[in-house]
Amino acid sequence: MNEPDTEDSTNGCPSSPAELSRRKFLARLSLTMGAVGGLILAVPMLGFILAPLFKHKQEVWRTVGKVESFKIGETTAVKYEDASPLPWAGVTAHSAAWLRRVDSTTFIAFSINCTHLGCPVRWLATANLFMCPCHGGVYYQDGTVAAGPPPSPLPRYTVRVKDGDVQIQTAPIPITKK
Amino acid sequence: MLKRIYNRVRNWVDDRTGLPQVIGRTARHLVPPDARWWYVFGSATLCAFMIQVFSGIALVFAYIPSANEAYSTLHFITNDAPFGNFLRGLHYYGASAMVLMVGLHMAQVFLFGSYKFPRELNWATGVLLLGFTLIMGFTGQLLRWDQNAVCSTVVAAEQVGRVPFIGKWLAHLIMGGDTIGGATLTRFFVVHVFIMPALIFAFVGLHLWLVLRHGVAEPPIAGKPVDPKTYRREYKELIKEHGRPFWPDMAWRDVVFCVVMIIAIATLALIFGAPKLGEQPDPSIIAASPRPDWYLLWYFAILALLPHGTEKYLMVYGPLLVGLALIALPFVFNRGERSPRRRPWAVAAVLMTVVMIATLWVAGANSPWSPDFNAKPLSPSVVGATSGPVFIGAQLFQAKGCLNCHSIGSDGGKRGPNMTNVADRLSKDQMTMKIANGGVNMPAYAANLTPTEMDSLVAFLQSRKSQQP
Repeated sequence: MNEPDTEDSTNGCPSSPAELSRRKFLARLSLTMGAVGGLILAVPMLGFILAPLFKHKQEVWRTVGKVESFKIGETTAVKYEDASPLPWAGVTAHSAAWLRRVDSTTFIAFSINCTHLGCPVRWLATANLFMCPCHGGVYYQDGTVAAGPPPSPLPRYTVRVKDGDVQIQTAPIPITKK
Repeated sequence: MLKRIYNRVRNWVDDRTGLPQVIGRTARHLVPPDARWWYVFGSATLCAFMIQVFSGIALVFAYIPSANEAYSTLHFITNDAPFGNFLRGLHYYGASAMVLMVGLHMAQVFLFGSYKFPRELNWATGVLLLGFTLIMGFTGQLLRWDQNAVCSTVVAAEQVGRVPFIGKWLAHLIMGGDTIGGATLTRFFVVHVFIMPALIFAFVGLHLWLVLRHGVAEPPIAGKPVDPKTYRREYKELIKEHGRPFWPDMAWRDVVFCVVMIIAIATLALIFGAPKLGEQPDPSIIAASPRPDWYLLWYFAILALLPHGTEKYLMVYGPLLVGLALIALPFVFNRGERSPRRRPWAVAAVLMTVVMIATLWVAGANSPWSPDFNAKPLSPSVVGATSGPVFIGAQLFQAKGCLNCHSIGSDGGKRGPNMTNVADRLSKDQMTMKIANGGVNMPAYAANLTPTEMDSLVAFLQSRKSQQP
């Protein structure tokens, strides 16, 4: 076990007051310059890493099928592509939603991610329920919570009918706040 | 002749680098004499870490950290590359061993009171290393870039999303954007392969430096408490009188234990190979049920079992408080008895932690809270009718999802109560009430069943009686 360092910080080198003040200045100069150098390097690096998180993606409409391919009262899984996938995203660029045709003109698109912890919920057609395989969250056909741990209803995506096509607006994966 | 050349080379290297002397002195530093097999877990953790470093480097020779290609390189490594399956197994069981050894090392240090004065920072750096190890475990599972990994990423993002103010930002930091995509995997790759290993190397260095600085803690003796005023002097005297050189007097046990561990890991890797790859990493595959690897399965169970409404607080503040409490431990209790014989609460705390994690682990492995989507249809002999309300009720029991959560006999989910003999405990009216109104963990079926359907379902459930003697 070493004794705590009791030596003078200049290793006992004899020093006049002028030398001491010069030494202090040099130490400060080096530390300041070092900080400046570090900053010059750190800002662009951190910027590179963090910038994508602040970039607001232009959301786009994705066609998921013809209106007549969905039956009234039924809920089906639809797949579509994210807003602006990176060229190497491959299958990870896919998104999915549960699309419910309420009547001839109204559609609801639910997020597939459970509001508890984000696992993909499944639609049980004969039971008219969404059920989550992770911790047993259950939602009614309108997305409201039926049972289990989910703190809020299934989020919805914006959906429209255009020229006979059903279109869903891409959106971030919903992150539960409460 | 040869010996003379060897000595000359040795002396030259010694003179020009000074390293052999330093290394020799460090390796032969004096340690307390009676630290026997209890002290092997720390070096075993380091050994497991080195297995991870080398097997990891080998794997990166073939692994491409691209969202599109990682999955096919994993298939290549597992199925085509020579030793690939073994190597992935080695990395998996090596990770398991590392987590296990960290746990054992921590329990031993805690039980022996070795975290007390002057080794507070040994413990604190160890707690950070435990955290780093768990982060490595989680990110490593995600690099196994399949459907389970994609789902687990979302689960992780949802958890950090509960953090006040910056939750959403943290969630996007994890996913590398606001959805899963091309940027997600590279993030985990950088964390798992560069940032965390660098931190682990740095902190292992610090951890070992502290071990050398304060010396290996002597095994505790009941009735000999730590007094910061006198401890250092007493320790110095003990080492002066009874100290043995670490190498080779003590180190041989570490070597033997590590080699046994390596053999065990290699055997497991040889027999069981790599962990299975799931479906491809497509976020639009809905039939997924993400599960963490075994070392985080207990935490998965906690998330399932938290009382409703407390998630927000426990998910965020729970791990934070546990971490802070662990780091604070040696600063709050830095003196007094070290021996577990005089610290019954310490023994109780370790036992309770082990029992708790083991229980949660078993619960996590069974995960009775997960609905069973693959429940076998009820067999005719179980239903006991081929027409009429009981038969129709049985069909409804399956069609309406009841069977996903309730068992009849051995078939069905375990989320809700077993219905095999439900008629023994509930009357017809009670059943109707319960089905119509639901409960905390059961949907209300009032709007989901016609009156006739309700009657059939209840008729079926009323036929679920225990055998009358």
